[in-house]
Amino acid sequence: MTQSYPKIQTVGLSGLLVTFSKSLSEEANIAALSFRMAADGQNWDWVSESSSTLVSCFFRVDLSVHNPDGCIAALAALLETRDWAADGLPSGRTLWHIPAVFGGTLAPQLNLAAEAAGLDPTAAVAELTQTRLRVITIGFAPGQPYLGTLGAHWDIPRLPEITPNVPRGALVAAVKQICLFSNDTPTGWRHVGQCGFRTFRPQAEVPFPLSPGDEIQFHEISEAEYRRIMAHNADGAGGATQEVLP
Amino acid sequence: MTRVLEVVQIGPAAAVQDLGRPGFIAAGLTQGGAIDRTAVYEGAALLGQDPHLAVLEIASIGGSFMANTPTRIALTGADMMAEIDGAKIAWNASHLLEPGQTLTLKACRNGSFGYVHVGGGFNLPVQMGGRGAHASAGLGEVLAAGMSLPIGDDAGTRTGDVLPRDARFAGGTVRVVRSFQSAYFSEAEQERFAETQFSRDPRANRQGVRLMQDGAGFAATGAEHIVSDVIVTGDIQITGDGTPFVLMCESQTTGGYPRIGTVLPCDLPRVAQAPAGAPLQFEFVDMDTARRLEATAQLEQARLSSRLTPLLRAPADIADLLSYQLISGAVSADADPFD
Repeated sequence: MTQSYPKIQTVGLSGLLVTFSKSLSEEANIAALSFRMAADGQNWDWVSESSSTLVSCFFRVDLSVHNPDGCIAALAALLETRDWAADGLPSGRTLWHIPAVFGGTLAPQLNLAAEAAGLDPTAAVAELTQTRLRVITIGFAPGQPYLGTLGAHWDIPRLPEITPNVPRGALVAAVKQICLFSNDTPTGWRHVGQCGFRTFRPQAEVPFPLSPGDEIQFHEISEAEYRRIMAHNADGAGGATQEVLP
Repeated sequence: MTRVLEVVQIGPAAAVQDLGRPGFIAAGLTQGGAIDRTAVYEGAALLGQDPHLAVLEIASIGGSFMANTPTRIALTGADMMAEIDGAKIAWNASHLLEPGQTLTLKACRNGSFGYVHVGGGFNLPVQMGGRGAHASAGLGEVLAAGMSLPIGDDAGTRTGDVLPRDARFAGGTVRVVRSFQSAYFSEAEQERFAETQFSRDPRANRQGVRLMQDGAGFAATGAEHIVSDVIVTGDIQITGDGTPFVLMCESQTTGGYPRIGTVLPCDLPRVAQAPAGAPLQFEFVDMDTARRLEATAQLEQARLSSRLTPLLRAPADIADLLSYQLISGAVSADADPFD
């Protein structure tokens, strides 16, 4: 593990991984998002799909058909063309405004999370709704975004006891991130908010509304407002609106 | 009339599958599809049709089925002991199921997943590029008694062929290539992993297969701060207590546990079909060898139909043997009495 970054490695016989850092950082995440977009723009016929994770980009390639050396050379040549973190985030990303309830019976672990972050609950909600969060990766469950990054005091560990069933639409906090659950899930992350935004809509024309790099601004609503939204949420939008970032 | 296969009885965890939904890993959706892809290709070869047509995947328990029109069927994967109206029929073979007849599949005799294919495939609506169930995504549904599965148009007419069975149904040696996190495990630990005789834990499903062994767990070095990264099907992840899991077609798309290696795609059906308790061992091969093995397997898969032979019925398998005219009459030595 001494090789310098970025580095290119094979992933089984299924593809190649370009990793920008050993640990999670803003620069590495931006580099991964930007490099994946640029590589997709090359329309390489040996790449069948791509994704970006927290600090890496994955390119699916059948390595039994395509020689890994040639693929690695092409990726390395593109990597060298610029500093992928320096240019900042690509344009044309979406900013989502998502209404959510914080605390109360619908999100019962807000106080626990606030305490762990050294904040009172009101200050915690203010930070969660004033920080514009970015989709740093999508994964684990279909369409499920990991949102970052909160301030250092939000580097709170997972709970020692797993909460058996946190519902779909939950906002859960741990390790400076918020996750928005696609499905009901057991978790050690703290349940701080609840929204009606569905991150996986199998019947919809766009089954996965979010893309890595999108930004999210949460807006606090009352439980009554949440119930009003949920009564008319067949499309899964949960009252959210969107705009294109310049 | 819509052609259907009616599910009369069915065990748990049976569902329609196909070759899955590639293209959605960026959105957190693994490919899914049949856990034993070889069985899908075998069924397609037996019925002379496209391997992308949807099939029925049945875990362990079996079931019974009826068709409303004459329907070509093929049975592949784990051998389930099959009968049509009480008469035994061959596995890894194609047959004709007449309306009113009942196809009965009993529990697996070896392996873990049996497959029923129909001429024309199961014509379920395509959702996100696939017809199969993907439980963790909430796509498709698990089969229940009383359901009718629509069948597509069948251009073929031929039945009565058989394919030789391979040895993937009882565990054995599985080839592994090193992957991007293998270096978190020392040479010595990788060697111990390759020398360990594992057995398949009863805890296994379409997401992953847990491996049991008697020795100490496998330890990664410096993996405490590992950043979650992409998972591909066949990755062998080592959880915090040192237990290996082979991640299968319905796993998550990213994960934070280090992977010691990745099973070659051509050996995944062996992992999928290993019954609970079956022995499994892992052999590291270098990238060149892995590429050659996989390319050869893909070639063999494409040529499966060249290995078809006509099904000869063994006398022991004929339920009503005594009713056949075997001695008297004008039967020449080379006539087929079963025509």
